[in-house]
Amino acid sequence: MVTFFMSDARNQARAVLEGPDIHRALTRIAHEILERTRGAESVVLIGIPTRGATLARRIAGRIAQFEGIEVPVGAIDVTMYRDDLRLRPARPLGRTELPPDGVDGRTVVLVDDVLYSGRTVRAALDALNDVGRPRAVQLATLVDRGHRELPIRADYVGKNLPTSKSEKVKVFLEETDGRDAVVLIKEDGR
Amino acid sequence: MKRHLISTGDLTRDDALLILDTAEELARVSERSIKKLPTLRGRTVVNLFYEDSTRTRISFEAAAKRLSADVINFSARGSSVSKGESLKDTALTLEAMGADAVVIRHGASGAPHRLATWVRGSVVNAGDGTHEHPTQALLDAFSIRRRLGRLEGLKVAIVGDVLHSRVARSNVLLLHTLGAEVTLVAPPTLLPVAVETWPCQISYDFDAVLPKADVVMMLRVQLERMNAAYFPSAREYSRRYGLDRDRFARLHDDAVVMHPGPMNRGMEISAEVADSARSTVVEQVANGVTVRMAVLYLLLGGSEPAIGGAE
Amino acid sequence: MSTLDPHEETVTTILIRGARILGGAPGDILLRDGAVAEVGDLAGAKADRTVDADGLIALPGLVDLHTHLREPGREDAETVETGTQAAARGGYTAVHAMANTSPVADTAGVVEQVWRLGREYGHCDVQPVGAVTSGLEGRQLAELGAMADSAARVRVFSDDGKCVSDAVLMRRALEYVKAFDGVIAQHAQEPRLTEGAQLNEGEVSARLGLTGWPAVAEEAIIARDCLLAAHVGSRLHICHVSTAGSVEIIRWAKSKGWDVTAEVTPHHLLLTDSCAERSPLGPYNPIYKVNPPLRTAEDVRALREALADGTIDCVATDHAPHPVEDKETEWAAAAMGMIGLETALSVVQEAMVETGLLDWAGVADRMSVRPARIGRLAGHGRLIEPGAPANITLYDPSVRQPVDPAAMASKSRNTPYEGMTLPGRVVATFLRGRPTVLEGKLV
Repeated sequence: MVTFFMSDARNQARAVLEGPDIHRALTRIAHEILERTRGAESVVLIGIPTRGATLARRIAGRIAQFEGIEVPVGAIDVTMYRDDLRLRPARPLGRTELPPDGVDGRTVVLVDDVLYSGRTVRAALDALNDVGRPRAVQLATLVDRGHRELPIRADYVGKNLPTSKSEKVKVFLEETDGRDAVVLIKEDGR
Repeated sequence: MKRHLISTGDLTRDDALLILDTAEELARVSERSIKKLPTLRGRTVVNLFYEDSTRTRISFEAAAKRLSADVINFSARGSSVSKGESLKDTALTLEAMGADAVVIRHGASGAPHRLATWVRGSVVNAGDGTHEHPTQALLDAFSIRRRLGRLEGLKVAIVGDVLHSRVARSNVLLLHTLGAEVTLVAPPTLLPVAVETWPCQISYDFDAVLPKADVVMMLRVQLERMNAAYFPSAREYSRRYGLDRDRFARLHDDAVVMHPGPMNRGMEISAEVADSARSTVVEQVANGVTVRMAVLYLLLGGSEPAIGGAE
Repeated sequence: MSTLDPHEETVTTILIRGARILGGAPGDILLRDGAVAEVGDLAGAKADRTVDADGLIALPGLVDLHTHLREPGREDAETVETGTQAAARGGYTAVHAMANTSPVADTAGVVEQVWRLGREYGHCDVQPVGAVTSGLEGRQLAELGAMADSAARVRVFSDDGKCVSDAVLMRRALEYVKAFDGVIAQHAQEPRLTEGAQLNEGEVSARLGLTGWPAVAEEAIIARDCLLAAHVGSRLHICHVSTAGSVEIIRWAKSKGWDVTAEVTPHHLLLTDSCAERSPLGPYNPIYKVNPPLRTAEDVRALREALADGTIDCVATDHAPHPVEDKETEWAAAAMGMIGLETALSVVQEAMVETGLLDWAGVADRMSVRPARIGRLAGHGRLIEPGAPANITLYDPSVRQPVDPAAMASKSRNTPYEGMTLPGRVVATFLRGRPTVLEGKLV
């Protein structure tokens, strides 16, 4: 598993978003959430581990900064709900942490780093279904790289990034990776 | 690659921690109202039990069902050996049923190893003779970590019939891998010859070990052993190696008391100790389901097992 | 090549060219009338047929003191026919058939039946061993005299598979067989110390959780029986010695001048209890389950040294065939024993010759001369000299080949050497001048 991006002879990597871009994108998403949910009333931000959970906390921070409201934040691990489990060895589970008041009757904004096939979001919807009954579910993503395989779309998008399927999009965040960046990796020989 | 969980000796430190960490996450699932996960939908887990062990079988069954696996209980009570179908023929039957995993409890040491040579699925050892009981050791380690926050550097005393105990063997290997210091405490008759080659300390003196222990794990002692002259009487055993109120009082304040069950109250453990707040006996049962879920998930959840020993 | 009729009585001469007798310089051997006629450079000699033995070692036909032929009773595992075929393929010209058949060989009738079957098939001589106690039950002496006086002329008596554990019974047996120069071959296993025992008691058994089989259970009986044999002035033979401690006791008994002999099996010279834990065939594979159990590397070293210095007199196979279903089980449920006739010489080469502990003369002594002497087989175990019976094994020590159970003559396949590569190959075996094996194949 690639845990850190590196450019070697075979792969070409290009940063498509740098720290300030990410900062601006999240700020915009925070504003959009406030607008579309009438001041984030009864909103719960639920990130998909690992980086989605980090992004959810950052968005919550901005909302608190702009409006002085503490939006409940949580995380929901979707590993056990994935439909591609059998394509790879069993992987470690992420942390699920729901806000104390749960999600019942709330507007849940799911947060993920990259929206691609939509399968992770589908798994997240299933997982959410097992922990409660939200009033509505919305989706925020830092990068939408296209190539959807399910009828899923994001309500809040940091950046639309046209990619080919042979490329990889990797998100680095300060909290987990030591720096903020979104990197497009082109694999040679394909 | 085909992998199994037959001995805790096959688990690397990373494997063992992955199981415990996975169990930790799964424990949260057990606390919510919908406990079921869709992860193993379409997978078949066979519980092949040659020995009566309702608690272990139910624990595995609950674990598999919470992961949405299909569960087939195959109770082959009594011996396949003396009469009826051989283990190999049973294995071939299970193979035909498409078992993705076989959880086996068997009176003969090594039966899971043999089974693993005859079936394609993963084999999970649910206790074989006097050899090993790896999921028990994993749930013990899990319970200790939950109570004391760590395993590294902890002093664990395992007390009782080590010679005939599969729980002791699995625990010595696993706890050593995880950095705990194990001391086996037993009368010399109930320790195997060559036990000094195990990665642990040995003592015949419970009282000397007691004050330093962070964890005291009491093993079940069967009264039949008395007839084979392993010890003179239940009373003498209990006096020298039982965890009674007086000994309990000499444990340090954070120490926990464990027992894999079923307990002989009044023999190796007194009732008040078993029921005390520092006893993990009840949570060990709950943790059993969680740990077994973790094991089944890591063996069956992916394209290939993420843990365990190869055959 | 013409096939010789095993029952042909007519005189045949065979000239073996270029064989290295006991590993010495190449020479020729002329066999006539079932005996060795001439030895040396026989360039001008004429014979009905000539066997090219260039590069082959000539040994006196091997003698096994300890074979389980399973007939009568367990013909699914082995018969006298298949067992003696396996023996011939292994270079043996005589085997002692153990008494634990069904019915037990405890009467003149049973031993004569086995003896006759051996003669009929003619692959090698079958010398029945008589049971010491009726039904191997350890309660009452079998009719030892009747068996000794029978056509089978039994001289070796053993309850093998079970120990004659009752000290009084053992003493009486030792005394009684003196009347006809018999010997008691003791299966040394103290029964109480080995209840439920599965594997040598030590590191491996402790880890595997298999009930330990302590060395002392063997050694205690050997010590007792040596003392008993000395006390009554009898001949004692110890079956399948497996521990370093047993070796020490036997060495001590011999130093006293007591008439004690001992055997070791090929598998105890090569394999250890770690086979049960780590082997290409997987852990707990009961192919390695045997009585007495495989011991430690230290024991193997002591056994090899004892065989080299003569403390242990001979190699005996304890060839113990079992059908597949008795081995394809859990360890505890599996039958004990392994086949060994067809691999014995190769294993001895690997364990004793390649290690420099024995030369080929030593091999001949430990696998032919001494076992024949212990079993009082006058027609076997004679060196290849003019006038000796023409019992000869031609062996090619230069090849190495993987052991293939499927290619064996034995009816059973429970060889622990499956997948191993062992040296040497029996090329030909002659029984009283008649080939039973030629070019590695049964005649």
